[in-house]
Amino acid sequence: MKLSRSERLFDWVNAVILVILTLLFLIPFLSVVSTSLISGKEYATRGLFILYPIEPVLNSYSMLLGQGSIVLNAYFVTASRVIIGTGLNLLFTFPLAYVLSKRRLYGRVPLTMFIFFTMLFHGGLIPNFVLVEKLGLLDSFWAMIWPPLINPWWLLIMRNFMLAIPEELEEAAIMDGASPAVILVRVILPLSMPVIATIGLWYAVFHWNAWFDAAIYINDTRKLPLQLILRGILEYGTGQYSDYSGLAEMTELPDPPPAESLKAAMIVVTTLPILMVYPFIQRYFVKGIMLGSIKG
Amino acid sequence: MQQTGGDPVGMSGPQISPTYTERRRFREAWRQIKRDRFLYALAALPLLYFLIFQYLPMVGVIIAFQDYDPFLGIGAMFSMDSWVGLKHFRNFFDSIFFWNVMRNTVVISFYKLIFGFPLPIILALMINEVRLRMFQRTVQTISYLPHFFSMVVAAGIVRAMLTPQGGLLNQFIVALDGEPRAFLTDPALFRSILVTMDVWQQAGWNSIIYLAAMATINPEMYEAAAMDGANRFQRMWFVTLPSISFAIVITLIFRIGGMLNAGFEQILLLYSPSVYQVSDIIDTYVYRAGLIGRQYSFGAAVGLFKSILALILMYMANKVAQRLGQEGLW
Repeated sequence: MKLSRSERLFDWVNAVILVILTLLFLIPFLSVVSTSLISGKEYATRGLFILYPIEPVLNSYSMLLGQGSIVLNAYFVTASRVIIGTGLNLLFTFPLAYVLSKRRLYGRVPLTMFIFFTMLFHGGLIPNFVLVEKLGLLDSFWAMIWPPLINPWWLLIMRNFMLAIPEELEEAAIMDGASPAVILVRVILPLSMPVIATIGLWYAVFHWNAWFDAAIYINDTRKLPLQLILRGILEYGTGQYSDYSGLAEMTELPDPPPAESLKAAMIVVTTLPILMVYPFIQRYFVKGIMLGSIKG
Repeated sequence: MQQTGGDPVGMSGPQISPTYTERRRFREAWRQIKRDRFLYALAALPLLYFLIFQYLPMVGVIIAFQDYDPFLGIGAMFSMDSWVGLKHFRNFFDSIFFWNVMRNTVVISFYKLIFGFPLPIILALMINEVRLRMFQRTVQTISYLPHFFSMVVAAGIVRAMLTPQGGLLNQFIVALDGEPRAFLTDPALFRSILVTMDVWQQAGWNSIIYLAAMATINPEMYEAAAMDGANRFQRMWFVTLPSISFAIVITLIFRIGGMLNAGFEQILLLYSPSVYQVSDIIDTYVYRAGLIGRQYSFGAAVGLFKSILALILMYMANKVAQRLGQEGLW
């Protein structure tokens, strides 16, 4: 197809605007990366938040990630949260989604309503806090695991997927003498792998990014996840963590990094794992939006 | 199940007594429950989760009608001694904070809607017009990257951009012979920052739903329009937009339904006392007065007020969606 001149002009203008928009999406983060690589010397001559460093140094990173640093500890907390949290999320979401996908189940509609109602109405911040307190979960790792155990939206998305699994497959398995438990593990589980992978990723990213629950439930600095250490450094600087050896070396460095560079490095450190897996996982998220728009 | 239990009992014949039908219905239900006992066993633990972590807090809102003392046991929550009725609600409505937080919540939500709603549609239209697959993919992938940043990271990036200590924006201003400004503590600018950050973080992501709807448009429609001499803008206007109107209307209605969520985490991470006046929303007020200030009962009352209002709004949004001939949320 031959394009007219006005068509080609349209394409060019469209592309140029999109490139500018893309840069606008990207530049804030790129500038933070540059800032994290700046040395004290370069800071003195060029200022901060440049678009690129001339002599990039890793001083900020070595300070944040030094031996015994609170940041390494927080990495461990967050990693545990992601692994244990996501595992339990799926362990609880998958069976319930399966049960709710059984059309013949007596009481299926009221059960679904029971769950659906929690999407529309919440007790609110204070009653939730009082509950966690009364359960003795304050300052416990489990305060970040139990309250968000099942996301009702994602549960219903998983159920919708399972509704599409043909009933005959199960009937055939029953004919072969399979017990309900065997059917669940050998028939339903393998067929549901796409939706389990997708929703597992959603839970994992949720856990990686979550911070508010830890902010109100957890006091002990050693139990804080990465996001909250980042928040502390952003709002109050590194001083409050200076009793941890990794950050104490700040003064001993020959060329200590500027405070803003440390903050920037902490942002990068917190985001890096997401960035590294992002190209591989983003299509699952996009697919999930489509799944969510199919109603059951 | 419907067939066994649903027939009108009194009409089906005088020879079968109601008690007999009832007993038969009960036995049939019991038979089904027994047959599916494995399924109920599977559901038990997950349902227990909903009971404890979703429904117990709903029972817990009774502290909104009491003078709850956190140092007393659970028993105190169910005694009438501390009952104060609507005192906390009245205190909230009469306080100087009431109109301020209500106004801020609605105004910030409204601004986010005005800018955050059309931009994803425009972005989707533009991306949809790109012919080069590679380019299209790249733009899309980058545009929803900020959505995956945690709110702490996103707020940190915004702080870094805006800091008077050499933030990128201030460097621009200085380069243009201006004075560096403290953006985040300026009440005149704070809401604009919230809206801009929201657009930056969510526009790409929110465009996905429209791009998905556009992907289902039959290419023959475009060819036919081109035959009729429609140019690119006319094709966008008369073919693309009508085809995604369903997605547009549904998204709009539910955004209005969720109006009371003005961005709690975002505001909490960026605001400071100097901008409370323009940024304190219901959620941040509950957090500060209720949790930090340890007025649990008062905080629970304000939170309950918001929950009920939100439920009514969502219900109305759903009604409107159904009225428009769309399938609603329920």
